Amino acid sequence: MRSTHMLAGAAAFAALATAAAADPLDIRVRGYVEPELQAFIESGNVSGQRRWNASVATEVSFESFWDNSNQWIVVKPFARLDLRDGNRSHADMREAKYARAIDNWEFRIGIDKVFWGVTEAVHLVDIINQSDFVESIDGEEKLGQPMVMVSTVQEFGTLTGYLLPFFRERTFPGRKGRPAFDIPVDDKQTLYESGAEERHVDFALRYANTFDIWDVGVGYFQGTNRNPLLLPGLDGGGNPVLVPFYAQARRVSTDVQATSGAWLYKFEGFWQEQLNAQHLQATGGIEYTFYGIFDTPSDVGLVAEYVWDDRGANPQNPFANDAFLALRWTPNDAASTAVLAGTTVDLDTQALGFSIEAERRFGDDFFVSLEGRFFANVPRTDPLFSYSDDSFLQLRIARYF
Amino acid sequence: MPIRILSGSVGFALAAMLALPLSAEPVSLPDDPEAKGRAIAEETDRRNKGFGDSRASMHMILENAYGETSTRELRSMTLEKPNPNEGDWTLNVFDKPRDVDGTALLTHARILDPDDQWMYLPAVKRVKRISSVNKSGPFMGSEFAFEDFSSTEIDKYGYKWLRDEACPEPVADRTCHVTERTPLYEHSGYTRQIAWTDTTDYQPRKIEYYDRKDELLKTLSMTDYNLHQGKFWRAHDLYMQNVVTGKSTRLTWESFEFGTGLTQNDFSTNALQRAR
Repeated sequence: MRSTHMLAGAAAFAALATAAAADPLDIRVRGYVEPELQAFIESGNVSGQRRWNASVATEVSFESFWDNSNQWIVVKPFARLDLRDGNRSHADMREAKYARAIDNWEFRIGIDKVFWGVTEAVHLVDIINQSDFVESIDGEEKLGQPMVMVSTVQEFGTLTGYLLPFFRERTFPGRKGRPAFDIPVDDKQTLYESGAEERHVDFALRYANTFDIWDVGVGYFQGTNRNPLLLPGLDGGGNPVLVPFYAQARRVSTDVQATSGAWLYKFEGFWQEQLNAQHLQATGGIEYTFYGIFDTPSDVGLVAEYVWDDRGANPQNPFANDAFLALRWTPNDAASTAVLAGTTVDLDTQALGFSIEAERRFGDDFFVSLEGRFFANVPRTDPLFSYSDDSFLQLRIARYF
Repeated sequence: MPIRILSGSVGFALAAMLALPLSAEPVSLPDDPEAKGRAIAEETDRRNKGFGDSRASMHMILENAYGETSTRELRSMTLEKPNPNEGDWTLNVFDKPRDVDGTALLTHARILDPDDQWMYLPAVKRVKRISSVNKSGPFMGSEFAFEDFSSTEIDKYGYKWLRDEACPEPVADRTCHVTERTPLYEHSGYTRQIAWTDTTDYQPRKIEYYDRKDELLKTLSMTDYNLHQGKFWRAHDLYMQNVVTGKSTRLTWESFEFGTGLTQNDFSTNALQRAR
């Protein structure tokens, strides 16, 4: 199990914050336990990788609000136990924060999660939290980030500042883990550009506002890049490994959405300077929903997005010239059924990715999701080549309490 | 966690629908059926003005044709916008089903234009601006459509008074104005609605909804009226029956509070994350 020091720190913090609260606390406990089964279509090309895997995850949230909901504490630990992969068996404090709102100001201190951005396929401008990559390769699962946050809502918009005193390393699957790179990532050899390593104090600023149909965000980030360079190396036994190297980066980003009737228009992009080089990345597209098709309560949504990197095809970014197309079907029934099917095409290498997610509720407290990810036609030169033998189906059954 | 999409217009205000004075003062109405229908709606609206802001909890029981039920719970906050050209602002936070716990929906209502609407997805901490043209879609799988919740601003409809008759049960000893109202906003799922408004307090008792083929689709009964702050009537029990599918939804309100000091800050996209 990893990140135990984070858990201990957060628990101590939670105890402190609880003691600091003036009123007797009314603590609300919610959470889920979620067993998971994974089946891989092909045998792995690394010894020790199996065709099937089982694991169980749990997340519990302890919440308390007082002072007319102007002060609150949230503590939300997460853990997964995985049958095959020691790296995927991990615990993380997703949140452990004290927050306070005073008029149009809000302050938060502790571990928290922050999302920036508008697009669906990739999340380019989302930079505050590190990806919990063993949870999902889509980058949507995040590790808790220690921070001090100050936000104010003014006539000119919402301005938020973040002080990020401790850096979280990305999680990577172990030798037996799947889906995984064919050459494992060795995070015992992690390298940093900054001498302060993970204690480098990072800083971010965000402005956001709504102008009629436009929702606009502008962000600035300075500090340890969440996205590591993976350098070839050797482990103690002389086996090839990938060594994560975290550089210092400065980044200016923007995200814009226009909402017009059933149409959504989205754009995200950033300029970044790192290791004396500058580059741009951008993504954008449309989302359109057909409401009440064939006189039924069903909706069908269409998402089309494009991703671009001015460096062209490069080993650091698998999405340098890629198109995404997805279809979402929601019958709007009592079970909240939803089906999302998507495809990714790399326009440089013609590599293809397919994904399908289907989910619904059973009874009041069970939520079942079935997910399939398939890779096809991935050439050796594509950064995703490692995944080409890792197509899989995944079933999760969550019991909420 | 995958992102679950829920969109549409949920102005839980129920605002202009519900209000009434203490005494049944006579209301003078014009003779022309269209002017009379509108005057009835204006009187209902007038009696709910000035509530400022409110908080309440909602409980929904969905029942299908086989008698199977499921439950929804949410908390609702409303900020009254005194300007008649502006719709009220509402914030709804879901408690149940538990898999959507903490999901929040913020609506800045407009009169005839689509509302501005944002959804907060707590699993990914994401605030999403969503399309609000889905007026006729079911709310949380219930028999209530999004448009059934949106605040009944007067100019959203055209009106025609039809007749006066005995109110529906349980107030059959009273007289009701029966008015036809025609949605003027785009994307409505209804050709028309027929509303029974109690002549003693100008509160709605029953609404019939006619679908795009002009056939009776649903019937809403509003009962268990309570007077709040000595001025504002709220129906605490709303029962929607779908006469086509046999499904029904009972919606009950509780813990109404008025003048709780909510401000525009509590209805910003920032506030979505702390709404409790």
